[in-house]
Amino acid sequence: MTTTAATGTELSGSKASTLGANGGGDEPILDISDFSVVYRTDRGDVRAVDGVNLALHAGEVVGLAGESGSGKSTLAYGSCRLLRPPALITGGSVVYRGRRFPSGVEVLDKRPEELNVLRWREISIVFQSAMNALNPVLSVGDQILDVVEAHMKLSKDEAVERVASLLDFVSIPRDRMKSYPFELSGGMRQRVMIAMALATEPEIVIMDEPTTALDVVVQRDILAQIVELKERLSFAVLFITHDLSLLLELADRVAVMYAGKLVEIASSEEIHHEPAHPYTKGLLNSFPSLRGPRRELAGIPGTPPDLRNLPPGCSFLPRCPYGTTACQDIDMSLAKVATSADPDHVTACPFVLPGTPVPPRGTRSNGAPDGLQPEAISAQ
Amino acid sequence: MRFIVRRLAFYAVAAWVALTINFFIPRLMPGNAVEDIMSKFPSLQPSAYKALEAMLGVGHPGSLWHQYVNYLYDVIHFNFGTDVTEYPAKVSALLAQTVPWTITLVGTATIIAFVIGTGLGILAGWRSGGWLDRVLPGLTFLQAVPYFFLALILIELLALRAKIFPLGQGYAGGDIPGWNWQFISSAVYHSLLPAFTLIITNVAGWMLTMRNVMITTTGEDYVLAAQAKGLPHKRVVLGYAARNAILPQLSGFANALGFVVSGAIVMEIVFSYPGVGLLLVNAVTSNDYPLMQAIFLVITFAVLFANLIVDVVYVLIDPRARARSA
Amino acid sequence: MAALMVDTGVTPPAEREREKRERFGWWRRLPPKAKVGALLLGFFVLIAIIGPTLAPYDPSYQNPNPSLSLNAPSAAHLLGTTQNGQDVLSQLLTGVRMTLELALFVGVVATVIAVIVGISAGFLGGMWDEVLSLLSNVFLVLPALPLLVVLLGYLPQKGETATILVLAFLGWPWGARVIRAQTLALRNRDFVAASRETGERGWHIIMFEIMPNEISLIAASFVGVVLYAIGASVALAFIGLADLNTWSLGTMLYWAQSDQALTLGAWWWFVPPGLLVALIGTGLVLLNFGIDELGNPRLRSGSGTIKVGGRWWGQTDPTPVLGHSQRRPSRVAAFLHSFSREALTERPTEVAGPLP
Repeated sequence: MTTTAATGTELSGSKASTLGANGGGDEPILDISDFSVVYRTDRGDVRAVDGVNLALHAGEVVGLAGESGSGKSTLAYGSCRLLRPPALITGGSVVYRGRRFPSGVEVLDKRPEELNVLRWREISIVFQSAMNALNPVLSVGDQILDVVEAHMKLSKDEAVERVASLLDFVSIPRDRMKSYPFELSGGMRQRVMIAMALATEPEIVIMDEPTTALDVVVQRDILAQIVELKERLSFAVLFITHDLSLLLELADRVAVMYAGKLVEIASSEEIHHEPAHPYTKGLLNSFPSLRGPRRELAGIPGTPPDLRNLPPGCSFLPRCPYGTTACQDIDMSLAKVATSADPDHVTACPFVLPGTPVPPRGTRSNGAPDGLQPEAISAQ
Repeated sequence: MRFIVRRLAFYAVAAWVALTINFFIPRLMPGNAVEDIMSKFPSLQPSAYKALEAMLGVGHPGSLWHQYVNYLYDVIHFNFGTDVTEYPAKVSALLAQTVPWTITLVGTATIIAFVIGTGLGILAGWRSGGWLDRVLPGLTFLQAVPYFFLALILIELLALRAKIFPLGQGYAGGDIPGWNWQFISSAVYHSLLPAFTLIITNVAGWMLTMRNVMITTTGEDYVLAAQAKGLPHKRVVLGYAARNAILPQLSGFANALGFVVSGAIVMEIVFSYPGVGLLLVNAVTSNDYPLMQAIFLVITFAVLFANLIVDVVYVLIDPRARARSA
Repeated sequence: MAALMVDTGVTPPAEREREKRERFGWWRRLPPKAKVGALLLGFFVLIAIIGPTLAPYDPSYQNPNPSLSLNAPSAAHLLGTTQNGQDVLSQLLTGVRMTLELALFVGVVATVIAVIVGISAGFLGGMWDEVLSLLSNVFLVLPALPLLVVLLGYLPQKGETATILVLAFLGWPWGARVIRAQTLALRNRDFVAASRETGERGWHIIMFEIMPNEISLIAASFVGVVLYAIGASVALAFIGLADLNTWSLGTMLYWAQSDQALTLGAWWWFVPPGLLVALIGTGLVLLNFGIDELGNPRLRSGSGTIKVGGRWWGQTDPTPVLGHSQRRPSRVAAFLHSFSREALTERPTEVAGPLP
């Protein structure tokens, strides 16, 4: 296995050749199992993430979609233990298995000094708002230099050269190294964030809504840049967004979250054309497509639930057009969708299949006649 | 650079306001000040009478505008007139004697208090919610104790009873001022207790404000980002959190400079320290108007100048201020 | 439940209990600093009101009996006597009222000026803003005590009104600046713009949209000015620049100092007034911090922390994990543990070595 720091100043695609060494798909490099996070307030525990199982494989792009408050950011930051009080991880395990840690590392057991080794070097983050995430009194060059010096043993000159070549990577002129964040445009700042995230050639890059704060044109730019960089350096991406449409193009797999739980995981193809969970269907119906026939935008009525007092059974029931009283007894565990082309396609709804039509308005909720065949879905 | 120039202009305006206030106060006060002075100090010559009249605007010394211009002229040439209590000593001579004492003692003590207080504040914010928070109520009390109260108690305990420190004064009675070791060591010895009291009463305030700023700053996204980057804890707290938190703290320091002077005045009274503050109070109690006015001006200009220095330091630290032109 | 009840105008006991709890719930939710500060101040305000009537003696009465001069506290004089045989306790009880009265008046006058100037500058903007800001900044930067000393020095009588005016003259700028900043920020907010769009007049907007949102700021500013007024008036009195014929905590200290109370060992004369000033000041500072914390809950001690596994975790610590031991296992324990059966089946967790 090559180590990338030895030739520190080159950012090569040397990792691509070693992709096979990790199987490129058998052992996940980030294995999150039964992960739960609460926010402990004096009015009760807010269950932000509840029993989530998610696996990320080397080189793959996994999209994490959901509304605000669905727990996607909490899940991502929590797995790096970057949540602030009153957050508390109440259960589960997060195992990181990168090339430098082939036997796996349990993140939840680590002490702060040990975590610093994992952070950024192995798992880095591109934050949502670059203006807020950059230190206003340090130049952007210095901030990237901080990261390089913290994780790599390079001489001062080599480190500076590395920072410069990183800026080249993201098409920022080298002389901007001495600029302060407030002197750069929004798009440039975001590209600095990306450069910084890739500085130590991590295995995983978590992207937390990296383009939400930018205008559409710049968004396209940044996304294209991300795709290009990923091809070159081959890292895995956990892409968090509330905009499902972005993921359909970008991601290999998509995981949809609602009220702290995963409700569906599938390849982006399947999610796009054959979504299984009612919430996913609702999300897809919430934005128009550029091509194709015009249709009525449905959206999803209602508001997200109070995470302190979740209703029994399925959390989505109050807003679900397919819902029946039977939904109050299920436990939202993920089960395989038999009819799917993707063998790993799972959903939390035992009643609804990809093709199931929406019942006409007004016939939902308590006691309404079921047009559904629970038996059609084969459990695990 | 433009920032500094604008600040200079501002301080010029403030100085002008101070001068004008100084000019108008005696003219607005009730009673015939000149008569009072003359009756108190029979040794004054008639020429002093005329000068006092001119200074106080009594009688018919010419139009108001004329007086004002003369006054400004005098000030610019450091001509503060002749003193009344120590006639015929010149006011500027008296000032030259006392100003260095105040500046060295008060200046040093203030800077030490600020540095220690800010350092402790950074520690308090290092791992928030730590032991320092338990000390807070005590510190709040310390900050509220009137300075002279604490000073007098300390004098009582440490100088009178324990005899560790001298009772007061700037230096031992028998010493001759000059650049000799005897005098300097005596001066330093006599400055220890006053400086100590100044530092104690001020440290708590700086620590409390720095702690609050650190807590707010540590909650910012860029500090979280710094932690996410796996940077060593020291770098996160000093380079990212404290480096930003020091900016509002410095502004607070500039704002507090005026109060530092107030503390100095009281300190000098309590310790009979031969500085500008003691001179001012003595001048007030003996109605020595020329001296009073001059001291007020000197103190004001010193504070404005100190503010300017803090502004310069601020610009050096904050890149956004350097760029700001509006 | 309540909806089912017929409105007979009589609230049943259970309802009344709940209402009472709700009405006082706001007190419980205040930050502890504010509560302590408020209680402390409340105590002193009480003293200010009833103090003089409680005083056992006339504070100015100078007992000619020489044996009663500078007495330590005794049954007859709970806080001893002064050089002139005056009862210290009576002076104290009367003095609190004078000091607080003066400080509160200064607070009111200065805060009113500050609010007027601050809101005008923030709301009107433009030339008004420039001029008013310049004015406040200039007065902010001029050193307060020397100016106060000079102003009072020129006045023949240093009465209460004069002192109040002089103190207020220098006390308004700080509050004005803070209020101006907040008003500027609020003026650009959507709800004010909405008001404007519906044609509300300036006055109306100020009174009903802007000021209600600045209450805590105005309160904090008021408390700050009162604090400054107490400190300044006591310092001025100590120097001798006050009406020495009235009894305030500051004048008490002046007399105590000029009669060498401390050197003569008469701590009961010198310490109580100073202590009370400190306590009043502490109450005000705590109240101020409490009001700050109301607006920014993060400033409360312990708010950015959570207690897990016996230790406190703060903002700069990684997220704590329930159930995982966070302490460093001793080498001995680890060594012994390696012999156990569990050690065989444990998934090895790697501690990362030095970086390449």
